Amino acid sequence: MALPPLDSPQWNSRWLAFGWGLRSITQTILTIVLFVTYLGIGALAHDTHFSLAWALCSTLFVWAGPAQIILITTLGSGATIIQSAIAVTVSAIRLFPMVVSVLPLMRTRATKRRELIFAAHLTAVTLWVECHRFLPQVPRERRIAFVHGLGCGLVSVCLVANTVGYFLAANLTQTLGAAILLLTPLSFLFSTARNSREVADVVALVLGILLYPLAAKMNSGVDILVSGVVAGTMAYGVHWWREVRA
Amino acid sequence: MSYAQLIGDWQALVVLFVAGVIPNQIWRMLGLWFGGGIDEGSELLVWVRAVATAILAGVIAQIVVEPPGALASVPDTLRYGAVAAGLVAFLLARRSIFAGVVTGEVFMLAGKWWLG
Repeated sequence: MALPPLDSPQWNSRWLAFGWGLRSITQTILTIVLFVTYLGIGALAHDTHFSLAWALCSTLFVWAGPAQIILITTLGSGATIIQSAIAVTVSAIRLFPMVVSVLPLMRTRATKRRELIFAAHLTAVTLWVECHRFLPQVPRERRIAFVHGLGCGLVSVCLVANTVGYFLAANLTQTLGAAILLLTPLSFLFSTARNSREVADVVALVLGILLYPLAAKMNSGVDILVSGVVAGTMAYGVHWWREVRA
Repeated sequence: MSYAQLIGDWQALVVLFVAGVIPNQIWRMLGLWFGGGIDEGSELLVWVRAVATAILAGVIAQIVVEPPGALASVPDTLRYGAVAAGLVAFLLARRSIFAGVVTGEVFMLAGKWWLG
């Protein structure tokens, strides 16, 4: 499926644009990766004794795979609400620059801030990657509707995956369960690496992975924050050395 | 499975909102609120993006180093090997996410089967 040309009457209404967004979920391998990741989250929620409604609410209202996995594993391993909330808050900081960089792609001069609230909610790593890929092919004034369609399609796929994973969990062998959980780090690693265009992004990714085991030795409860800020700042230093100073 | 089991208790849902929903939506809404005033190419944003990428990298490392649930049944070396094998395939296949994920998974499953 190719999107219609920018001047096509296919873009004349918001609902048509919403439909094109919805259909675009079939155009990316990330939909399958997301499906399997959320299969894993459903299974994890079952194994950690959360209800199906809880798992579905977390997908609908949190809508960030790593945050959901951190929430389930920390609460499941006996962390307090405060400790879980800190870990999740830290993992979610990356949503801020994602929203900042993705919203200008769909904004026009006439766009009001409240029209972007739902698009901001839908923003997570998959939507962020796909917006940069799809939106140049969508007329600017139809982009918000397109993103709503794309986002609703992806959320629906994940809700189905959660439900399937939840009911499969009881019947999964340990090996298959492990394979499903391994999908999350693999898919996040490679989709982030693929999206890294500048040297600073690559350095941040590599240093972030290497520094985490060191930071974890401190057992501070905010290990991810410590390694993230240190690795990210070093990556920024590399960027500054190459671009600004030059 | 009963209706009550599917819904669960309300306390767990309150915990979900306090520890899950609010910590995520805060950043999205801050991005929405302040995003308009920030130049996309600004140096501050380059730094924020680098830190955000490194935090995501930390989350990836955490799942592999301190594995949750059934993933803990896979030996350390096999988990690290699976990520390394996936990375090699990802790079060889000209940054194919699919090649990386499938190779990593096959490596882990083959290793588990071989170890018995």
